[in-house]
Amino acid sequence: MAQTNSVGQGSNGVADESPNMIVYRKMEDVIARMQDEKNGIPIRTVKSFLSKIPSVFSGSDIVQWMIKNLNIEDQVEALHLGTLMAAHGYFFPISDHVLTLKDDGTFYRFQTPYFWPSNCWEPENTDYAVYLCKRTMQNKARLELADYEAESLARLQRAFARKWEFIFMQAEAQAKVDKKRDKIERKILDSQERAFWDVHRPVPGCVNTTEVDIKKSSRMKNPHKTRKSVYGPQNDVRTHSPTHTPAPEAKPATEEELQDQITYWGGQLDRHRLKMSKVAESLLAYTELYVEYDPFITPTDPSNPWITDDTTVWELEASKEPGQQRVKRWAFGINEVLKDQVGREQFLKFLESEFSSENLRFWLAVQEVKKRPIREVPTRVQEIWQEFLASGAPSAINVDSKSYDKTTQNVKDPGRYAFEDAQDHIFKLMKSDSYSRFIRSSAYQELLQAKKKPHTFHSR
Amino acid sequence: MRFSINPEMATQEVQPNETLTNLKAESDTLKTKLEDERAKLHDVELHQVAEKVDGLGQFIMKTRRTLKGHGNKVLCMDWCKDKRRIVSSSQDGKVIVWDAFTTNKEHAVTMPCTWVMACAYAPSGCAVACGGLDNKCSVYPLSLDKNENLAAKKKSVAMHTNYLSACSFTNSDMQILTSSGDGTCALWDVESGQLLQSFHGHAADVLCLDLAPSETGNTFVSGGCDKKANVWDMRSGQCIQSFETHESDINSVRYYPSGDAFASGSDDATCRLYDLRADREVAIYSKESIIFGASSVDFSLSGRLLFGGYNDYTINVWDVLKGTRVSILFGHENRVSTLRLSPDGTAFCSGSWDHTLRIWA
Repeated sequence: MAQTNSVGQGSNGVADESPNMIVYRKMEDVIARMQDEKNGIPIRTVKSFLSKIPSVFSGSDIVQWMIKNLNIEDQVEALHLGTLMAAHGYFFPISDHVLTLKDDGTFYRFQTPYFWPSNCWEPENTDYAVYLCKRTMQNKARLELADYEAESLARLQRAFARKWEFIFMQAEAQAKVDKKRDKIERKILDSQERAFWDVHRPVPGCVNTTEVDIKKSSRMKNPHKTRKSVYGPQNDVRTHSPTHTPAPEAKPATEEELQDQITYWGGQLDRHRLKMSKVAESLLAYTELYVEYDPFITPTDPSNPWITDDTTVWELEASKEPGQQRVKRWAFGINEVLKDQVGREQFLKFLESEFSSENLRFWLAVQEVKKRPIREVPTRVQEIWQEFLASGAPSAINVDSKSYDKTTQNVKDPGRYAFEDAQDHIFKLMKSDSYSRFIRSSAYQELLQAKKKPHTFHSR
Repeated sequence: MRFSINPEMATQEVQPNETLTNLKAESDTLKTKLEDERAKLHDVELHQVAEKVDGLGQFIMKTRRTLKGHGNKVLCMDWCKDKRRIVSSSQDGKVIVWDAFTTNKEHAVTMPCTWVMACAYAPSGCAVACGGLDNKCSVYPLSLDKNENLAAKKKSVAMHTNYLSACSFTNSDMQILTSSGDGTCALWDVESGQLLQSFHGHAADVLCLDLAPSETGNTFVSGGCDKKANVWDMRSGQCIQSFETHESDINSVRYYPSGDAFASGSDDATCRLYDLRADREVAIYSKESIIFGASSVDFSLSGRLLFGGYNDYTINVWDVLKGTRVSILFGHENRVSTLRLSPDGTAFCSGSWDHTLRIWA
C-alpha cells in the first residue's frame, strides 16, 4: 500500500468518500442555484385536460438559465452539461425513462435529495423487484411497465422465485401506503422514484452514471457508506465493498523522515529559478519556432493522411532523402539532429569526412549501452572503454581529468551510467563545436537548399 | 486520585516530542520559505505575455476514424512509432493492436485479469506491454504469424503490490517504467525482470507518468492521488522537483515538447501547466462549466495546443499560451479515459468508456 510521505507534506491521499463525490457536490451547487427562489428556474403547476401537472419547468427554461448563469457560451454546451446532470438524476423528464435534456417544452422535475447519488446508493435487486412489482399493481396507463422493465421483472421473478411471496407482500404494503397519499404528492413522488431507478437501472443502451473508476474506489479509507436498502430501514446500512483495501493510518512523521524533509526543502531552496517573464518568453519562442511543423495549426504538405487518406507524407518521411522542412529543423538545436535518424547519419558522415567523428560515435555508443539488457552492460562498457578511453584507444576522445578519473572508477564496477560524466562533457563539446560546424558546413547547406521534393503533386 | 506520576518518565517523554516538534517546525519554515522564493519570481502571468501572440483561428477537428471492437470500457492506448498503429486495453481484459489508418485489428490478447489499465507500444514496434489489476506489467512480442498464440510468449516483467496504473518503454525495448497503486514507480530490465531502480515519495497511489522528451535527459514526471506531481532522476531514484497545487487526484501528466514544462489533468476539473525552470505552476486551464475531472492530456507538436479528455465525455482543446479554450469536441458517449497525440502530430487518439477509440484530426 501507499507509503507514508517521506518528501514534503500533503494529504496521504486517503479518501473517505465516493470518488465521484467532487462532481456530485459541484452539480448539487448548481442545483441549489437553480432552485433559488429569486434567481433560479421558475417552477410551476401546469393545467392539462382533467388534471394538473405539479412542480415542473421546461427544458428550454433549464437551457436558458444555464447559459445566463454558468458562463456557458452556447446551447450545445448547455444541453450537454444539462443532459449529464439529468443522467445523474438531479432533474428528469417526467414522461420519459431516458434521462436527457431537450431544449423545448418538455417538462422536467427536480429530484428529491433523498435520492441524490451523493448518498452513495447501491440499491439491490430485491428492491428493484419490489418496485417493479408495485408498478404492476397500479392501474394507470402512465405507470405501465416499459418493455425493458417487463423483461427485468421476468428475470427477477426467476432469480428470486423462492422469495417472491415476500417481495410481493412488500410491494402490496407499499402500494397500500401510496394510495393513501395526496394525489398531487403521489404524482411527484412516483416520478422521483422512477427517476431514481432510471439512474440505477438505466434503459438498455443508456450510460450508467453510477459506475466508478476502480482505481479510485479501491482506496477508500472507511468501508463504503453505501445505502443499499431503498425501502427497508431508514438507517444507513454500512457494508464492506468487495474492492475495499484498508489504508494504513496516517503515521506522524518520524525523526528520520523529518530530517529527510528538511534536507529536501533545503536543496530545493538552493535551486536556481528563472523569472516568470523569462520563462514565458521561452515558451512563446519555442511554440513560435515549431508552429510550422504542427499539423493542427499549419496544414501539412502533402496533406494529412488522416484527413485525405493519402499517405504520401509518411512515405516521404520514410525515404532516405530528407525534405527541406525536415533539414531546416536540424538547425534548431543539437537535439533535433540527434533524434532524427537521417540527421544523425548526416552529422556522422560530415564528421567522418573531417576525421573527427570519435566524439559523436562515443556519445552514440553510450546511448546504445543504456538501451541494452542489463546482462550485456558489463561487456559493452569494456568495449567502449577500450575503443574510446583506454590508453592507446583507436578512437581516443578528450575528456577533462575529473570525468576521466570518475569513469575509470566506474568501469571497474560497470553499470549503465558508467560513462555519464564523460558523456555529459562530450555532449557539451559537440554542441558548441562539432554541431555548429555541421550547421555551417556546405554539406548541410546543400541539403537545405538543393533538395527539391520528388513529388510535385499537391493535394489539400 | 489513583494514578501516580513517575517524575523520570515525565521528563523522558518530553524530550523526543520536543525534538520532533522542533524538526517539524523547521521543515514547515523551510517549505514556507520555498514558497516565498517561488513567488518572488512571479513577475508576470503567462497569458499576459501571450497577448502579443496571434490568436488561433477556428479549428475543424473531426473524428476521422472510429475503432470498434472492445467489449467494455477502453482504459488506455499508445501509439506505435510508425505513426499509424496503436495498442489499446480494456476493462474486459482484452489488449488489441490496430492499424488505426485502416481500422483493421492486427492482434488481440486476452489478459487473465479484467481492468487492463495500462498498455504501451515498444519503440521497435515489435512488442506491447500491459497490466492492471494483476499488479504486473507483462510484455508480449508481436508475431507476424496471425495464428500464433501471443499469450504463450508472454513475459512478466514488473511486480507491484497493487494495481499497475501506467507503463512506458524508455528509449528501448529493454526497459520499462511503471507506476502503481502501491505508491511507487519503478524501472525494470525487460529481459531479466530485474528491478533497476525504484522511486519512492508519493504518499498515495501513483496514477500516471511521462518520460522527458530529451535525447540527453534521464528524468520523468509522475502524478498521484496525493495531488502531487513529482519529477524524478532515473539514475539516482531521487525526486528532484515536486509540485502540489491541484485540489484532487492527478490523472494524467505530459511533458511540453521542449521538456522544460509539463501539463497535468485532475479530478478537480482543471488542467495545469508547470514550468521546471520557474519551479512553479504557470497556468490553469479551467471553466465554470467544466465540472467533471480531466482524465488525460497531451500537447500538439508545437506545444501551442493542449488536448484534454474529460469525464463529461468531451475533449476540450486549450490555447496553452493564452489560457483560453479554443474548441470543444463531442462524440464519445461516455467518459474519455485516455488520449495521446500521434508520433508525428498529425492526429490524436482518444479512448472511452463507450468501448470505442476515435482518431481526431
